[in-house]
Amino acid sequence: MDFELTDQQKMIKKVVSDFAEKEVEPIAAEIDETCEFPYENVEKMGEAHMLGIPVPQEYGGAGADTLSYAITVEELSKACGTHGIICSAHTSLACDPLVKYGTKEQKEKYLKPLAKGELLGAYALTEPNAGTDAASQKTTAKLDGDEYVLNGNKIFITNAGAADVFIVFAMTDKSKGTRGISGFIVEADTPGFTLGKKEDKMGINASDTRELIFDDCRVPKENLLGEEGKGFKIAMGTLDGGRIGVAAQALGIAQRALDETVQYVKEREQFNRAISKFQNTQFKIAEMETKIQAARSLVYQAAFAKDQGGSFSKEAAMAKYYASDVAMEVTREAIQLHGGYGYMKEYPIERLFRDAKITEIYEGTTEVQKMVIGGSLLR
Amino acid sequence: MDIVVCVKQVPDTNEVKIDPEEGTLIREGVPSIINPEDKNGIEEALKLKEEFGGTVTVLSMGPPQAEKALKEALAMGADEAILLSDKAFAGSDTLATSYILSCAIEQLDDFDMIFCGRQAIDGDTAQVGSQIAENLGIPQVTYVEDVKVEDNTVEVKRRLEDGYSVLETSLPVLLTVLGEVNEPRYPSIKGIVDAHSGETEVKKWGANKLGDVDQSKFGLSGSPTQVHDTFVPTHEKKAEILSGTPEEKAHKLIDKLKEEKVVSK
Ligand SMILES: Cc1cc2nc3c(=O)[nH]c(=O)nc-3n(C[C@H](O)[C@H](O)[C@H](O)COP(=O)(O)OP(=O)(O)OC[C@H]3O[C@@H](n4cnc5c(N)ncnc54)[C@H](O)[C@@H]3O)c2cc1C
Ligand SMILES: Cc1cc2nc3c(=O)[nH]c(=O)nc-3n(C[C@H](O)[C@H](O)[C@H](O)COP(=O)(O)OP(=O)(O)OC[C@H]3O[C@@H](n4cnc5c(N)ncnc54)[C@H](O)[C@@H]3O)c2cc1C
Repeated sequence: MDFELTDQQKMIKKVVSDFAEKEVEPIAAEIDETCEFPYENVEKMGEAHMLGIPVPQEYGGAGADTLSYAITVEELSKACGTHGIICSAHTSLACDPLVKYGTKEQKEKYLKPLAKGELLGAYALTEPNAGTDAASQKTTAKLDGDEYVLNGNKIFITNAGAADVFIVFAMTDKSKGTRGISGFIVEADTPGFTLGKKEDKMGINASDTRELIFDDCRVPKENLLGEEGKGFKIAMGTLDGGRIGVAAQALGIAQRALDETVQYVKEREQFNRAISKFQNTQFKIAEMETKIQAARSLVYQAAFAKDQGGSFSKEAAMAKYYASDVAMEVTREAIQLHGGYGYMKEYPIERLFRDAKITEIYEGTTEVQKMVIGGSLLR
Repeated sequence: MDIVVCVKQVPDTNEVKIDPEEGTLIREGVPSIINPEDKNGIEEALKLKEEFGGTVTVLSMGPPQAEKALKEALAMGADEAILLSDKAFAGSDTLATSYILSCAIEQLDDFDMIFCGRQAIDGDTAQVGSQIAENLGIPQVTYVEDVKVEDNTVEVKRRLEDGYSVLETSLPVLLTVLGEVNEPRYPSIKGIVDAHSGETEVKKWGANKLGDVDQSKFGLSGSPTQVHDTFVPTHEKKAEILSGTPEEKAHKLIDKLKEEKVVSK
């Protein structure tokens, strides 16, 4: 067993970390304030092949492993959680199901430009009344001639305002329950498909989250993803992969909060000494570091497990559950150790705290992860 | 347009710490990077290749670890990378280094341009580029901050201390570039994968690959530079108050200045 990254993974980490430092960090606080989607950086990420890292090269990707992808999301999220999730939602939730279930034509038409970063992807499962209970989909898709006609609403969709291609789930046969759900590839400019207004959020502010509205939206039959009725399985399998990305995002946020804190406590003086001299500070730092390392082990292990080809649902769920929990705890303690300064927008800590919270919610809440983990043991 | 870029692997000086006792750089555990201005050289070469077609060959003399720098250059988009590594090259000063690099360049097919960085952030001499051009007998322009190629001529903007000059030269030419010349692209993740999977490869050349050349000009024997001592200059502030009448003080001051060789006798 070897815990060293390979030379390839090390170089990828270094390049992404340079990118994050030079391109992402300088705008992170600003886009948090303005909520502007970072189009320019996303284009640069595409050029550097950061938007299709684990996609095989024959489909336009970089052909690296899932761990390299996780490291990328981690490094981006150290600078800005929004950049982390843009990369993650695109890669795990839009590219990955196309790799796994896309036809040759769909791969050519959609996966290639997505993996090269020429197009941006999104994933739409959640509805107003189908959150954790994703199976109770109300959006319908009826076959009419050579087209499926989609009707219904999706909410809280990441990348929505910037995406070109959406993976959308809808009921093709209500009577069959989860076996009546199917997946579709929907282009942004399809008539009958419109976007709601940008959501005003607590964190990851620049990630463009919106409602999708389908009103007699006609999608060509060829854009059915996988078989009819297999949509729920595709949706859930896809989220397993996405959870590795979200866990990596949480990890990056936590690591940054710790890095900031280590520096701060050495500089801040109270009672004529650096606050790092107080044992409470040292113990807090020790707890943060240990938990972050433990989270990293789970995240990297889940990424490794995905590439082994078998089931990795439990590993991904544990990584997301634990890393998101650590991100919340570490950012909370980081603010505490910064005192009042940590509460001010002048320091990045309060943004990290706000950005951390989402990692406990999307792509399955913490409770859902526990259901997956518990379920796998108690089956 | 066939272009050669000389790159040097250097310690990341942002990460280098100085041994407070010895006053020397602690190189151990310090990550190595491509000399920053050499990255600008690679970028300029890639841009010209994109405009005019051709190939970009990256060349480095260094220990086996320098392969990493060349893999990064491949990941940026270079077509070919050659690592010049041999025991015979060890201990080369700038004269020997540029001789070895020149010998290697002569083994390549024709080239139209050679890019070097202005200077390496560790050795700092800024000699290697110029010496290569002299060895090859081609024109050179140093301190380049802008390059325009048209037909068979190159127009370059050369930075001066108080301005710049615009020069035109024919090909082939060697240019040493400044950081201002461009913004180097990031190595692509796909390029990194290719460089590590064997899709693209760093060729390794030893002394025997350099043809029938004077091997005594390699390494220590080809290096006239003698390093007697390296030290970090200390900045001491000493103040001395001179006493006496104004006339006495003036004489004392003149003597001091002579003593310190600030003024001559
Ligand atoms: C910023 C943001 C971006 C998002 N991006 C996307 C996206 O790109 N695509 C997409 O499809 N969706 C997206 N979502 C939706 C997200 O996945 C859901 O919000 C999430 O799954 C929770 O669903 P819900 O909001 O309906 O909460 P609910 O399901 O109503 O959950 C409320 C609470 O009840 C708990 N709960 C529910 N059921 C159970 C149970 N059986 N046992 C125990 N506890 C339970 C939950 O854990 C939670 O604590 C996004 C959401 C946000 C906020
Ligand atoms: C006084 C002195 C003594 C030295 N003694 C030794 C010694 O005993 N042993 C030893 O190993 N080294 C020694 N060196 C270091 C060695 O000379 C340098 O590696 C080499 O000469 C480059 O010089 P520089 O770093 O000043 O590069 P510069 O001349 O500043 O570099 C300018 C440009 O030339 C190109 N270039 C420079 N070096 C290389 C290279 N190796 N491969 C490809 N392109 C290159 C790059 O494009 C670079 O940007 C010594 C250097 C000095 C100054």
